[in-house]
Amino acid sequence: MELQQSSYSSRDLLVPVVSVILALLAGSVFILIVGENPVAAYRVLFVESFGSVRNIATTLQRATPLMFTGMAVAFAFRCGMFNIGAEGQLYVGAIVAAIVGVSFANLPRLIHLPLAVLAGMAAGGVWALVPGILKAKLGVHEVINTIMMNFVAYYLTDYLVTGPFHGGRWAPETDRVFPTAALARIFPPTRLNSGILLALVAIGVVYVILWKTRTGYEIRAVGLNPTAAEYGGISVSRNMILAMGISGALASLAGVEQVLGVHGRFIQRFSPELGFVGIAVALLGKNHPVGVFFAAILFGALRTGGAAMDRLTDVPRELVVIIQAMIIMLVAADELTRGLLRRRRTV
Amino acid sequence: MEHILEMKNITKRFPGVVANDAITLGIRKGEIHSLVGENGSGKSTLMSILYGLYHADSGEILFKGKKVEIGDSRAAIDLGLGMVFQHFMLVDTLTVAENVILRAEPARYRFVDYRQAQNTVKKLASDYGLRVDPRARISDISVGQQQRVEILKALYRHAQILILDEPTAVLTPQETEELFQVMRNLKQQGTTIVFITHKIKEVLAISDRVSVLRRGKLMGTRNTAETNHRELAEMVVGREVLLRVEKKPSEPRETVASIAGLTVKDRRGTTMVKDVSLEVRSGEVLGIAGVEGNGQQQLVEAITGLIKPEAGKVMLHGQPIQKLSPMNIKKRGVSYIPEDRHKRGLILDYNVADNLILGLHTQHPFVERYLFRNEKQIDEHARRLVADYDIRPTDIRQIVRTFSGGNQQKVVVAREFSRKPQFLICSQPTRGLDIGAIEFIHQEIIRQRDQGTAVLLVSAELDEILSLSDRIAVMYEGRIVTVLPAAESDERRLGYLMLGGDLHRTEGVEIGTSAE
Repeated sequence: MELQQSSYSSRDLLVPVVSVILALLAGSVFILIVGENPVAAYRVLFVESFGSVRNIATTLQRATPLMFTGMAVAFAFRCGMFNIGAEGQLYVGAIVAAIVGVSFANLPRLIHLPLAVLAGMAAGGVWALVPGILKAKLGVHEVINTIMMNFVAYYLTDYLVTGPFHGGRWAPETDRVFPTAALARIFPPTRLNSGILLALVAIGVVYVILWKTRTGYEIRAVGLNPTAAEYGGISVSRNMILAMGISGALASLAGVEQVLGVHGRFIQRFSPELGFVGIAVALLGKNHPVGVFFAAILFGALRTGGAAMDRLTDVPRELVVIIQAMIIMLVAADELTRGLLRRRRTV
Repeated sequence: MEHILEMKNITKRFPGVVANDAITLGIRKGEIHSLVGENGSGKSTLMSILYGLYHADSGEILFKGKKVEIGDSRAAIDLGLGMVFQHFMLVDTLTVAENVILRAEPARYRFVDYRQAQNTVKKLASDYGLRVDPRARISDISVGQQQRVEILKALYRHAQILILDEPTAVLTPQETEELFQVMRNLKQQGTTIVFITHKIKEVLAISDRVSVLRRGKLMGTRNTAETNHRELAEMVVGREVLLRVEKKPSEPRETVASIAGLTVKDRRGTTMVKDVSLEVRSGEVLGIAGVEGNGQQQLVEAITGLIKPEAGKVMLHGQPIQKLSPMNIKKRGVSYIPEDRHKRGLILDYNVADNLILGLHTQHPFVERYLFRNEKQIDEHARRLVADYDIRPTDIRQIVRTFSGGNQQKVVVAREFSRKPQFLICSQPTRGLDIGAIEFIHQEIIRQRDQGTAVLLVSAELDEILSLSDRIAVMYEGRIVTVLPAAESDERRLGYLMLGGDLHRTEGVEIGTSAE
């Protein structure tokens, strides 16, 4: 009952699962073209991402930032907005967390770490508020503005990391953050860090906000039918701004985790498009926090296993990108996938 | 007389229901044949079988005496059947002519001959009196005109039998009258028409014969001239129907809502409400009659806070409310049944329980500690209202989108009426509903009135206005032309005023000056 209420029934699960299977099947065609055995290649992919505790840890580490960006996109989407600016928001969050991380020596960890995390979140949130306000008050389309804000974020952080906050080494990066601001490594030598715990908390919080509070009721109402929401006394603009703020804060946590937990510093253009992959993660996870959790793990595994497959077989790592793209297309063409299933059943 | 089309012993089952139970129906050449029945009585299923969208489990279809198999809609079109669905199948961005010729384009050297298309469409339109500009874009024309395009599409494909699925549900009374004229023209030129409707008045006005369906069974076919409203209503519903709402004379008390000098612009900046003043008292129904689009919607939205008025005041118990937010207006005891339940009244993808708290969702007992939903209270509230208002199905977790129109409207009515409002605004409360649901909602409105609620009723249906109102205000071009006691109103007089007629020149009929 609980699950149905949060609109995640077994029927919703069908399309994502089938899409993943079909995408893997399509991927095997490419493996055959390369001249490898698909079964063997996928075995490597699976073993290298889930085959040992260490591999699982690596997969989770790769999945952590995607959980944040996936949830960011999903949250805005629940309010009817398409946040393509997660990439920019995570850069802004990352640079602010790095600045706080390198700035205060001798702060107790109990203060320094939360301060860095919260400052990063606040920065990303405020960054996303700009397109949120423009959308809510002036009706400017958020897709345009979030994309534009990405570029502002790239160049702003470029400047900060090569100018005022350039570290001691020649590379375009800040100094290492103080240990008091670092997210602890959980399973060395992998880079899995306590950011994953933060992600789990965030998933829980997002779930509660969306389905257990009046705020979530209002945000989803605005997303589903803004004119009915307005009739129901819900302020459409207030909820849009709020949802964008929360979305930006979630996205920025991906950057915060990368800086404080993985790299230990802000590196210019460090993100392998985590913000954009987040769109795919949200899509595959059907904009539900639990779905996003599993989708992020899948994408993390593909990345981890893909790198190993590249090393150990003749299959290039680009195969993983093909599979990801196939998944996205199949999930997006949800009706088509459903139709394929239906036809098969009647034949 | 010969049958152009016969359906014999048609049976169609869906899981759990027999949608059509051995229906035998003959359509005569050149007649207008009405098909009436409540929602879910099997009308649409029967017509879908005829049009090849469903296949009957058993039974046969004869066309001009010969047995035919209608495998898909293409086969139906080839036979000479044309169907106009309730939801139009038009491409918004294309022109009228382009829509008409779609998939049957006139070609010249393998290119579409648009000039010929336009001329053909223009000729068809003028032959049958279907006024519409072939070059206009679908998105720019009214719903009534879009319907004409659908009819043109069928005629362009040489339809001999035209099936109209509840064509009047989306039309204003004036547009309905124009449609009837078109139907008469078509009949005169030999087209056979099957007319599906809920409204018995329309059946009597336009058709030669009428067949009634109830719960998948054919209850009978009558010559329209030999039947009457009461008989048909009973056939449709299966029991005696209260055609006029039974009510006591009103006992109006103090003024609850007063509107003074209200002027409202719509979103495009056109002044839709001009200097309107009205009073609604406790225990009375004030009806607002008028052709749709004369500012009723903007008036109601200004009262409920959805649009801010340009000038004027809305007072509730002497307190101005025109500057308050919709939520604060609700909290002061104003309930509102909006004219469009899909756009305004419901969040179709929310379940029943969540829809039943829309607008109450910030209030005790549905929220605790300012933020958290109290699921137990929300469910209890939903179960109570589902039982009290007989909403079906009774599963409070079901998504409202899957409900019939009547039950969707009951969800809105249940929510708004159960708040014990002091001022209740009902805008087109029974649009698109069947007889049973209309009867229910009318009784509920009168019950509210008798409990001392001030009711403002806006409706394009004159019958509804006349049977429920204690006083009737006529709105024309943004102004209240007059306010009459219901006892001094009748359909003819209101119709005249709604179209801009002058009260004092009504063929010398002396009417007391407007009440109040």
